[in-house]
Amino acid sequence: MTNSSDVKSISLGDLIGPKTVKAQVQVDNWEAAVEGVGQLLVAAGKIKVGYIAAMKRVLKEMGPYAVIAPGIVLLHARPEDGVLEPCLGLMTLKEGVPFGHPENDPVDLVFALGAVDKQAHILSLKALAELLGQAEFLRKLRAAATDRQLAEIFGTTV
Amino acid sequence: MRIATLCGMGFGTSMMLKLFIDDILKAEGIKAEVVPWDLGTFKGQQADIIVAPVGMESNLRGTTTRLVLIKNLVDKAEIKTKILEAMKDVSDGVTRG
Repeated sequence: MTNSSDVKSISLGDLIGPKTVKAQVQVDNWEAAVEGVGQLLVAAGKIKVGYIAAMKRVLKEMGPYAVIAPGIVLLHARPEDGVLEPCLGLMTLKEGVPFGHPENDPVDLVFALGAVDKQAHILSLKALAELLGQAEFLRKLRAAATDRQLAEIFGTTV
Repeated sequence: MRIATLCGMGFGTSMMLKLFIDDILKAEGIKAEVVPWDLGTFKGQQADIIVAPVGMESNLRGTTTRLVLIKNLVDKAEIKTKILEAMKDVSDGVTRG
Protein backbone atom coordinates (compact mmCIF):
# COMPACT_ATOMS: atom_id res chain seq x y z
CA MET A 1 0.00 0.00 0.00
CA THR A 2 1.78 3.14 -1.14
CA ASN A 3 0.95 6.66 -0.21
CA SER A 4 1.50 8.85 -3.22
CA SER A 5 0.55 12.06 -1.48
CA ASP A 6 3.33 14.52 -0.76
CA VAL A 7 1.63 15.63 2.44
CA LYS A 8 3.32 14.42 5.58
CA SER A 9 1.40 11.44 6.81
CA ILE A 10 1.47 9.28 9.88
CA SER A 11 1.61 5.51 9.61
CA LEU A 12 -0.95 3.58 11.60
CA GLY A 13 1.84 1.80 13.45
CA ASP A 14 2.77 5.17 14.98
CA LEU A 15 -0.77 5.83 16.13
CA ILE A 16 -1.68 2.55 17.73
CA GLY A 17 0.22 0.53 20.28
CA PRO A 18 -0.05 -1.83 23.22
CA LYS A 19 -1.35 0.97 25.45
CA THR A 20 -4.16 1.99 23.14
CA VAL A 21 -5.75 -1.38 22.44
CA LYS A 22 -7.84 -3.70 24.54
CA ALA A 23 -9.11 -7.09 23.44
CA GLN A 24 -12.36 -8.90 24.17
CA VAL A 25 -13.98 -6.43 26.55
CA GLN A 26 -17.49 -6.87 27.90
CA VAL A 27 -19.62 -3.71 27.86
CA ASP A 28 -23.33 -3.17 28.38
CA ASN A 29 -24.01 -0.42 25.86
CA TRP A 30 -22.49 1.98 23.34
CA GLU A 31 -21.75 4.67 25.90
CA ALA A 32 -19.64 2.26 27.91
CA ALA A 33 -17.83 1.30 24.72
CA VAL A 34 -16.98 4.92 23.90
CA GLU A 35 -15.98 5.56 27.50
CA GLY A 36 -13.78 2.46 27.53
CA VAL A 37 -11.78 3.17 24.39
CA GLY A 38 -11.59 6.85 25.34
CA GLN A 39 -10.11 6.06 28.77
CA LEU A 40 -7.40 3.98 27.07
CA LEU A 41 -6.31 7.05 25.12
CA VAL A 42 -6.52 9.29 28.19
CA ALA A 43 -4.36 6.90 30.22
CA ALA A 44 -1.85 6.80 27.38
CA GLY A 45 -1.65 10.60 27.45
CA LYS A 46 -3.01 11.02 23.92
CA ILE A 47 -6.24 12.89 24.56
CA LYS A 48 -7.83 15.02 27.25
CA VAL A 49 -10.82 13.63 29.11
CA GLY A 50 -13.03 16.14 27.30
CA TYR A 51 -12.42 14.38 23.99
CA ILE A 52 -14.48 11.42 25.22
CA ALA A 53 -17.50 13.66 25.74
CA ALA A 54 -16.85 15.22 22.33
CA MET A 55 -16.94 11.81 20.64
CA LYS A 56 -20.24 11.01 22.39
CA ARG A 57 -21.63 14.38 21.36
CA VAL A 58 -20.69 13.86 17.73
CA LEU A 59 -22.41 10.47 17.82
CA LYS A 60 -25.56 11.94 19.31
CA GLU A 61 -25.66 14.86 16.90
CA MET A 62 -24.79 12.97 13.76
CA GLY A 63 -26.72 9.81 14.46
CA PRO A 64 -25.12 6.42 13.98
CA TYR A 65 -23.14 7.27 10.86
CA ALA A 66 -19.93 6.42 12.65
CA VAL A 67 -20.87 2.75 12.20
CA ILE A 68 -19.19 2.79 8.82
CA ALA A 69 -19.33 -0.92 8.12
CA PRO A 70 -20.99 -4.00 9.65
CA GLY A 71 -19.72 -4.26 13.25
CA ILE A 72 -17.30 -1.34 13.00
CA VAL A 73 -17.61 2.08 14.59
CA LEU A 74 -15.09 4.82 13.94
CA LEU A 75 -15.27 7.47 16.65
CA HIS A 76 -13.64 10.81 16.16
CA ALA A 77 -14.10 14.45 17.10
CA ARG A 78 -12.12 17.54 16.11
CA PRO A 79 -8.48 18.20 17.04
CA GLU A 80 -9.56 21.18 19.13
CA ASP A 81 -11.85 18.96 21.20
CA GLY A 82 -8.82 17.73 23.11
CA VAL A 83 -6.25 15.76 21.14
CA LEU A 84 -2.76 15.88 22.67
CA GLU A 85 -1.03 13.50 20.27
CA PRO A 86 -2.18 11.73 17.12
CA CYS A 87 -3.64 8.42 18.22
CA LEU A 88 -5.81 5.46 17.38
CA GLY A 89 -7.55 3.43 20.05
CA LEU A 90 -9.20 0.09 19.53
CA MET A 91 -11.39 -2.00 21.77
CA THR A 92 -12.70 -5.32 20.52
CA LEU A 93 -15.82 -6.48 22.30
CA LYS A 94 -16.73 -9.95 23.50
CA GLU A 95 -20.29 -9.24 22.45
CA GLY A 96 -21.40 -6.58 20.02
CA VAL A 97 -23.56 -3.68 21.22
CA PRO A 98 -26.02 -1.62 19.19
CA PHE A 99 -25.15 1.94 18.20
CA GLY A 100 -28.44 2.57 16.43
CA HIS A 101 -27.41 1.95 12.83
CA PRO A 102 -30.19 0.55 10.65
CA GLU A 103 -28.00 -2.16 9.09
CA ASN A 104 -24.51 -2.33 10.55
CA ASP A 105 -25.31 -3.07 14.22
CA PRO A 106 -24.20 -4.64 16.50
CA VAL A 107 -20.72 -3.22 16.84
CA ASP A 108 -17.81 -5.25 18.17
CA LEU A 109 -14.85 -3.25 16.80
CA VAL A 110 -14.66 0.14 18.48
CA PHE A 111 -12.09 2.51 16.99
CA ALA A 112 -11.34 6.01 18.27
CA LEU A 113 -9.19 8.32 16.20
CA GLY A 114 -7.55 11.51 17.40
CA ALA A 115 -5.68 13.79 15.04
CA VAL A 116 -3.92 17.09 15.59
CA ASP A 117 -4.31 18.38 12.08
CA LYS A 118 -6.92 17.86 9.42
CA GLN A 119 -4.67 16.61 6.61
CA ALA A 120 -2.95 13.92 8.66
CA HIS A 121 -6.33 12.98 10.08
CA ILE A 122 -7.80 12.27 6.70
CA LEU A 123 -4.82 10.26 5.53
CA SER A 124 -4.88 8.20 8.73
CA LEU A 125 -8.60 7.61 8.25
CA LYS A 126 -7.98 6.45 4.73
CA ALA A 127 -5.15 4.12 5.73
CA LEU A 128 -7.35 2.58 8.42
CA ALA A 129 -10.30 2.29 6.06
CA GLU A 130 -8.16 0.45 3.50
CA LEU A 131 -7.30 -2.18 6.12
CA LEU A 132 -10.86 -2.46 7.36
CA GLY A 133 -11.99 -3.32 3.85
CA GLN A 134 -10.02 -6.56 4.04
CA ALA A 135 -11.89 -9.53 5.50
CA GLU A 136 -8.70 -11.26 6.61
CA PHE A 137 -7.64 -8.22 8.62
CA LEU A 138 -11.00 -8.09 10.38
CA ARG A 139 -10.81 -11.78 11.13
CA LYS A 140 -7.44 -11.30 12.82
CA LEU A 141 -8.73 -8.42 14.92
CA ARG A 142 -11.67 -10.44 16.15
CA ALA A 143 -9.54 -13.50 16.85
CA ALA A 144 -6.98 -11.64 19.00
CA ALA A 145 -7.42 -12.85 22.57
CA THR A 146 -4.96 -10.50 24.27
CA ASP A 147 -4.09 -6.81 24.06
CA ARG A 148 -0.62 -7.72 22.88
CA GLN A 149 -1.88 -9.89 20.03
CA LEU A 150 -4.11 -7.04 18.97
CA ALA A 151 -1.27 -4.52 18.97
CA GLU A 152 0.94 -6.89 17.01
CA ILE A 153 -1.59 -7.01 14.20
CA PHE A 154 -0.99 -3.34 13.52
CA GLY A 155 2.72 -3.62 14.08
CA THR A 156 3.23 -6.16 11.38
CA THR A 157 0.60 -5.11 8.87
CA VAL A 158 1.36 -1.43 8.40
CA MET B 1 -19.19 14.80 -14.28
CA ARG B 2 -19.29 15.92 -10.67
CA ILE B 3 -19.63 13.43 -7.86
CA ALA B 4 -20.24 14.64 -4.32
CA THR B 5 -19.62 12.66 -1.16
CA LEU B 6 -21.71 13.36 1.88
CA CYS B 7 -21.12 11.68 5.20
CA GLY B 8 -22.58 12.23 8.61
CA MET B 9 -19.41 12.38 10.62
CA GLY B 10 -18.12 15.78 9.71
CA PHE B 11 -15.15 16.65 7.55
CA GLY B 12 -13.24 13.39 7.78
CA THR B 13 -15.50 10.75 6.34
CA SER B 14 -16.68 12.74 3.31
CA MET B 15 -13.05 13.33 2.42
CA MET B 16 -12.14 9.69 3.09
CA LEU B 17 -14.90 8.56 0.76
CA LYS B 18 -13.71 11.05 -1.85
CA LEU B 19 -10.18 9.63 -1.68
CA PHE B 20 -11.55 6.09 -2.12
CA ILE B 21 -13.58 7.14 -5.14
CA ASP B 22 -10.55 8.96 -6.60
CA ASP B 23 -8.60 5.68 -6.31
CA ILE B 24 -11.38 3.68 -7.93
CA LEU B 25 -11.82 6.08 -10.85
CA LYS B 26 -8.07 6.34 -11.40
CA ALA B 27 -7.81 2.54 -11.59
CA GLU B 28 -10.61 2.53 -14.16
CA GLY B 29 -9.06 5.35 -16.14
CA ILE B 30 -12.15 7.50 -15.63
CA LYS B 31 -11.99 11.24 -15.05
CA ALA B 32 -14.54 12.95 -12.85
CA GLU B 33 -14.60 15.72 -10.31
CA VAL B 34 -15.13 14.34 -6.81
CA VAL B 35 -15.97 16.84 -4.09
CA PRO B 36 -16.53 16.23 -0.38
CA TRP B 37 -19.59 18.00 0.99
CA ASP B 38 -20.27 19.04 4.53
CA LEU B 39 -23.60 18.01 6.02
CA GLY B 40 -24.19 21.48 7.37
CA THR B 41 -23.54 23.45 4.21
CA PHE B 42 -24.25 21.25 1.20
CA LYS B 43 -27.74 22.54 0.32
CA GLY B 44 -27.72 24.58 -2.84
CA GLN B 45 -24.62 22.92 -4.23
CA GLN B 46 -24.74 21.04 -7.52
CA ALA B 47 -23.61 17.55 -8.46
CA ASP B 48 -24.51 14.81 -10.91
CA ILE B 49 -24.23 12.06 -8.32
CA ILE B 50 -24.32 12.16 -4.52
CA VAL B 51 -22.66 9.30 -2.64
CA ALA B 52 -23.84 8.93 0.93
CA PRO B 53 -24.12 6.27 3.61
CA VAL B 54 -27.32 4.27 3.98
CA GLY B 55 -29.61 6.20 6.25
CA MET B 56 -28.86 9.61 4.82
CA GLU B 57 -31.70 9.53 2.31
CA SER B 58 -33.83 11.53 4.72
CA ASN B 59 -31.43 14.47 4.47
CA LEU B 60 -31.66 14.26 0.68
CA ARG B 61 -35.39 14.00 0.21
CA GLY B 62 -36.69 15.96 -2.72
CA THR B 63 -33.46 16.01 -4.66
CA THR B 64 -33.50 14.86 -8.27
CA THR B 65 -29.80 14.12 -8.23
CA ARG B 66 -28.80 10.47 -8.71
CA LEU B 67 -28.11 9.00 -5.25
CA VAL B 68 -25.67 6.23 -4.43
CA LEU B 69 -26.21 4.76 -0.95
CA ILE B 70 -23.36 2.81 0.57
CA LYS B 71 -23.81 0.29 3.35
CA ASN B 72 -20.13 -0.41 3.98
CA LEU B 73 -17.98 2.70 3.62
CA VAL B 74 -14.75 0.72 3.62
CA ASP B 75 -15.82 -1.80 1.01
CA LYS B 76 -14.21 -0.58 -2.20
CA ALA B 77 -15.96 -3.31 -4.19
CA GLU B 78 -19.39 -2.09 -3.13
CA ILE B 79 -18.46 1.54 -3.77
CA LYS B 80 -16.98 0.74 -7.17
CA THR B 81 -19.97 -1.29 -8.38
CA LYS B 82 -22.48 1.32 -7.32
CA ILE B 83 -20.50 4.32 -8.56
CA LEU B 84 -19.88 2.84 -12.01
CA GLU B 85 -23.55 1.91 -12.35
CA ALA B 86 -24.59 5.42 -11.37
CA MET B 87 -22.13 7.07 -13.76
CA LYS B 88 -23.42 4.95 -16.59
CA ASP B 89 -27.02 5.84 -15.75
CA VAL B 90 -26.23 9.54 -15.65
CA SER B 91 -24.37 9.37 -18.96
CA ASP B 92 -27.21 7.42 -20.54
CA GLY B 93 -29.74 9.84 -19.15
CA VAL B 94 -31.47 7.08 -17.20
CA THR B 95 -33.43 8.20 -14.17
CA ARG B 96 -33.63 5.74 -11.34
CA GLY B 97 -35.59 6.37 -8.16
